[in-house]
Amino acid sequence: MGKIEAKEVHFHYGTFHALKGISMDITEHKVVAFIGPSGCGKSTFLRLFNRMNDLIPGTQLDGSIRIDGRDIYAPGTDVDDLRKNVGMVFQRPNPFPKSIFDNIAYGLRVNGIKDKEFIRQRVEESLRGAALWDEVKNKLNASAYALSGGQQQRLCIARAMAVSPSVLLMDEPASALDPISTAKVEELICELRKEVTIVIVTHNMQQASRVSDMTAFFYMGELVEYDETKTIFTNPHEEATQNYITGRFG
Amino acid sequence: MKKVLERVVKWLLTASGFVTSLVILLIIAFLFAEGAGLFRERVIEEGYVLALHPDNPVREMTAAEIKAVFDEDITSWTALGGPDVPIETFRLEDADKYFTEEQLGAQYENAGALISELIGSRPGMIGFIPESMAVDGAELNFIEDNSISPAEVFAGTEWFPTATPAPLFGMLPLLAGTLWVSFFAILFALPFGISIAVYMAEVASPRVRGFLKPVIELLNGIPSVVYGFFGLIVIVPILQQVFGLPVGESGLAGSIVLAIMALPTIVSVAEDAMRNCPTTLREASLALGATQWQTIYRVVIPSSMSGIASGVVLGIGRAVGETMAVLMVTGNAAVIPTSILEPLRTIPATIAAELGEAPAGGAHYQSLFLLGVILFFITFIINLTVEYISARNRAKNR
Repeated sequence: MGKIEAKEVHFHYGTFHALKGISMDITEHKVVAFIGPSGCGKSTFLRLFNRMNDLIPGTQLDGSIRIDGRDIYAPGTDVDDLRKNVGMVFQRPNPFPKSIFDNIAYGLRVNGIKDKEFIRQRVEESLRGAALWDEVKNKLNASAYALSGGQQQRLCIARAMAVSPSVLLMDEPASALDPISTAKVEELICELRKEVTIVIVTHNMQQASRVSDMTAFFYMGELVEYDETKTIFTNPHEEATQNYITGRFG
Repeated sequence: MKKVLERVVKWLLTASGFVTSLVILLIIAFLFAEGAGLFRERVIEEGYVLALHPDNPVREMTAAEIKAVFDEDITSWTALGGPDVPIETFRLEDADKYFTEEQLGAQYENAGALISELIGSRPGMIGFIPESMAVDGAELNFIEDNSISPAEVFAGTEWFPTATPAPLFGMLPLLAGTLWVSFFAILFALPFGISIAVYMAEVASPRVRGFLKPVIELLNGIPSVVYGFFGLIVIVPILQQVFGLPVGESGLAGSIVLAIMALPTIVSVAEDAMRNCPTTLREASLALGATQWQTIYRVVIPSSMSGIASGVVLGIGRAVGETMAVLMVTGNAAVIPTSILEPLRTIPATIAAELGEAPAGGAHYQSLFLLGVILFFITFIINLTVEYISARNRAKNR
């Protein structure tokens, strides 16, 4: 059984048909990369997994998405619980205007954890997990805005990991970062795969080939091809995939 | 040609900026000059003297003491450091009690000599008479006519600007009235304002918001005299009934009217601030499993705190400077309020009500300008606070 199972997912923004019947199984503890040209629906699909698209008015979803066998769009689903289990890292670093410590502790606190010692311990673990601990351990009370862009993004990853999700969604997590910071984030992804299932949207083909086990190519709201990353990048079955990864369009 | 045009435009912009600033500075300078004139005025009304029996050792009296003497609240000279003689007051209009019209003469030509003689012969008498009458050889003592002291003005608790012989310009009751009413107005407006702002920015559907926002902003456009009218006709009678007051006009009525008036400012500024809270922060919070309410009070409100604070302070500014509505519903008693249910009087209301009756250039007139200066300082401090808060927050979010 897959960790995430999507069946015949159709998604509309108003009258715009953004996703056209997408089915996909994602296995636990794998890193799956979504690639495709802008506007192909990969981010939309990603944001369905933690119901982030609920925030946009006038949208409609058909089909089903199951995580751990449970339909996450079934009536009565606790969206907050779902989002606790399915963490997300956004395109641009978006730390809260709070201290570094409070940023990481936020997710624990809103989920009702009051034990100060546990929070402190979890903050340290998360920062270590995001390879940020050594850089910030002496300034945990400084504002998160005092960090560099790359550090902020790793802080956001640590923040997402602090609530111990089982799935981590990453929406172009390195697109706003310089190459060195990007390399650090990629390293981090390779580390985190031991703990969580990762779905990453990226525009960077090399990144997809470096970090992912499976790759899905989206085009015009359809899933063109979904296979082992190695296969996609060396011997794709579809011509469109071939054209895209070799840079002939997109 | 283009260059010349650009130059002209540039010059015009510079000039208009310059002229505006200059006008504002001139207004302030004028306010200060007129207000400061109060301290050059004499305590006793111009052209008059307070004359005493030559043996009376009292030389100095404060304005408050003079008023108490003539109101017969002080009846013995011992209270003023003088001999144990009861005080007899004499005003010019009392002349016919002591003298017949023939004695005074048709044109009052004998009045000076007669009155001076009268005061000179009565050891307990104090006479408030024109300077020109207090001559004619009679030996009299005069109370020294000092200029009005700042302490009497800023720390004085009595506001009787038209009292004779010595008006009292104690501004404390007016200052207290202003702050008192504004404080309660904000106390009422704050919870409502913040809740409405949160509701509009975070909860309301776009359609509800599209209806509510213009309605609330419409409140800003209602003339304040209409608010005052509403307060007088609706709020005042209700308060009178509910609290069983002798009169409904009270600080509370003023606070309620002001709270309603300050609400639109607080709501629209705070709501804008909350809507300007980046979507990415909201998403980050929700993505961590926070509920909508947790997101609002842990992320949205803290990150828009400076905007909310600015709204509140601007609301206070409006309340402090508001004239008409307050004038209509607060009862205008110039006493230091001990309870919000008592009538009180604010600085702007005093200026508006009294400027028309104050003779230009006189002490009363200048005291009203001084009130204007005080008001100017209050709002100035409020504006500085807004600047400080937003500057600090801008620095923090960088």
